[in-house]
Amino acid sequence: MASSTDLDIVNVTKRFGSYAAVDDVSFSVAPGEFFSILGPSGCGKTTLMRMIAGFEHPTSGDIRIRGKSMLGVPANRRPVNMVFQSLALFPMMSVGENVAYGLTCRGVSRGDAEERASRMLERVGLKGFGERRVTALSGGQRQRVAIARCLVLEPTLVLLDEPLGALDLKLREHMKIELKQLQGTFNTTFAYITHDQSEALVMSDRIAVMNQGRFEQVGSPRELYHSPATPFVASFVGETNRLQGEAASASNGTVAVRLSSGAIVQGQGSAAAKAALAFVRPEAVALAHDPSSLSNLPNRFEGRVSAVLFDGAASSLLIDTAGFEQPVRAVLPQAGPLAGIQVGAPVHVGWTADAMKVFAA
Amino acid sequence: MIAKQASRLTLFLLLAPAILWLGLLIVLPHVEILVLSFSERVAPRVYAFGFGNYLEFFTEPLYWRTFARTAFMSILVTALTLVLAFPIALYIARVAQGRLKAMLLLLCLLPFWVSELVRTLGWMILLRETGMISYALRSIGLAGQPVELLYNDGAVILGLIYGGLLFMIVPLANALESLEPAVVEAGYDLGGSRWTVLRRIVIPHAMPGIVAGCIIVFMLTVGNFATPVLLGGKNGLWFTEQIYAQFITRFNWPQGAAFGMLLLLLSSAIVWLGLRLTGQSLGTTLKQA
Repeated sequence: MASSTDLDIVNVTKRFGSYAAVDDVSFSVAPGEFFSILGPSGCGKTTLMRMIAGFEHPTSGDIRIRGKSMLGVPANRRPVNMVFQSLALFPMMSVGENVAYGLTCRGVSRGDAEERASRMLERVGLKGFGERRVTALSGGQRQRVAIARCLVLEPTLVLLDEPLGALDLKLREHMKIELKQLQGTFNTTFAYITHDQSEALVMSDRIAVMNQGRFEQVGSPRELYHSPATPFVASFVGETNRLQGEAASASNGTVAVRLSSGAIVQGQGSAAAKAALAFVRPEAVALAHDPSSLSNLPNRFEGRVSAVLFDGAASSLLIDTAGFEQPVRAVLPQAGPLAGIQVGAPVHVGWTADAMKVFAA
Repeated sequence: MIAKQASRLTLFLLLAPAILWLGLLIVLPHVEILVLSFSERVAPRVYAFGFGNYLEFFTEPLYWRTFARTAFMSILVTALTLVLAFPIALYIARVAQGRLKAMLLLLCLLPFWVSELVRTLGWMILLRETGMISYALRSIGLAGQPVELLYNDGAVILGLIYGGLLFMIVPLANALESLEPAVVEAGYDLGGSRWTVLRRIVIPHAMPGIVAGCIIVFMLTVGNFATPVLLGGKNGLWFTEQIYAQFITRFNWPQGAAFGMLLLLLSSAIVWLGLRLTGQSLGTTLKQA
């Protein structure tokens, strides 16, 4: 069958002894897609990636690339190349030799391989770097060599194992955009694993959130952020306020949750069981001096600013609110009537029932 | 000022044992031997400066043939030791973990708890005509009469490799241990076969360790005395035997001194050549050893 997917993972399980590092995971990646696997460390994402690369073998299930099963195919014969977390450039070779290595392994003649390597280096913005030692490159340049080394082989799939982890913040932000652009110009399928939700959200077409060996949810960054399927996804992807309580009543999709203090919040979701978790994003929390401007919101509370966490565009406020165990986190207003709000200032907070997701705990 | 002088004095006192050791036991005897090697006996108890001892070496075929044989055999032993030690070092450095790793290194060290002489005598017990291997071969019917396995080049090479193996394994294992596992994986991932990964990634990475091990084993082999004499017997023909004979048997110290200088020159030249050929510097190599 002509395959319309580049990668199919079918019920893959990997056990180490009795511990299942990857537990019955299935997904498909379409050609040209930027697919991320996002999860905390130890969730099994590295094991999953190493199985796709061929360094580990699944206990059960199948891994197919363009419809062909990869079981029993050794790592050096798979149309898959990996960018390692440590980059794993070959320190005993020059930049050009690093990029040409894979080609010469395939039997491409030396001159031809060098020619193609230097063209690839040009495409990733490293023209004329071929003779340099890899140890003489900056972090971002090494990154590009690691990617060029894979792309020059024109693989069906490039695997990236947290390659931005070792870079400093500014460079990481820059490389996020650059990686996405590279992926676009080469139109190669990327499978990216990370524990950094911002990397995944910015670059991916689709993200799978992984926890304890299983996929919690697969969806576009927006879907994950705005309609998380599980409490884990709600709390792992993006900043959020997490409230614990008991489901009190439900009517046409709206659930009322009674917090331990007795305060009641209204949210969307299903809460069949008694114990419930409710989540609301900081940017969904409306702030006002005057309670009347929030009167159309079902969730309204009065509080006092306990901390201003200034971080440029990502600044937030912590508001001690009566009836809540944790202060409510909201976006720091930097324009309008509440701009310049100080610690200790009284403030009213409110949010719609739609903005609050309720899950059975 | 006084503090500076005091610290200088401390430095000097701390260095004194090392300087004394180097000066009295290494530099001084060598200078003495060098001087001695240029003295010729012109009449009983009368010596004069001359190159006669060195000339003697080139005119007497036995001497330079033994010399060349020693050089060739030592290179051969070094190469064989490297080939044998590489997989062992690779296993110790990359596969074995924790206790097993310590155990294996200890196992390599174990033969060195007894003296070289006893170790070599051990080989003689195994290899001689009435020895264990000969006996075993006869009892399983592979040989009709006692087999003499001693007193040939094979026995000498065997003994020398046995003595050099540890000194090859340790620097090799050190060098291989520092190779990042992900680099090897990347070698496979990009399509390299086992052989390609070994040739283009593992061996270049281990090169300082390879050269360090080869230098040590070569030096030990060239200067070895007991092993070629005991395992090779009359056929041993090791250059150290010639030096021994000149000093002890013939009592011709100037000739022995000239031979000693030639041996020093030989090992230095071959080490220099080895470093040049592999493109390694002595500095990086010593760090590895």
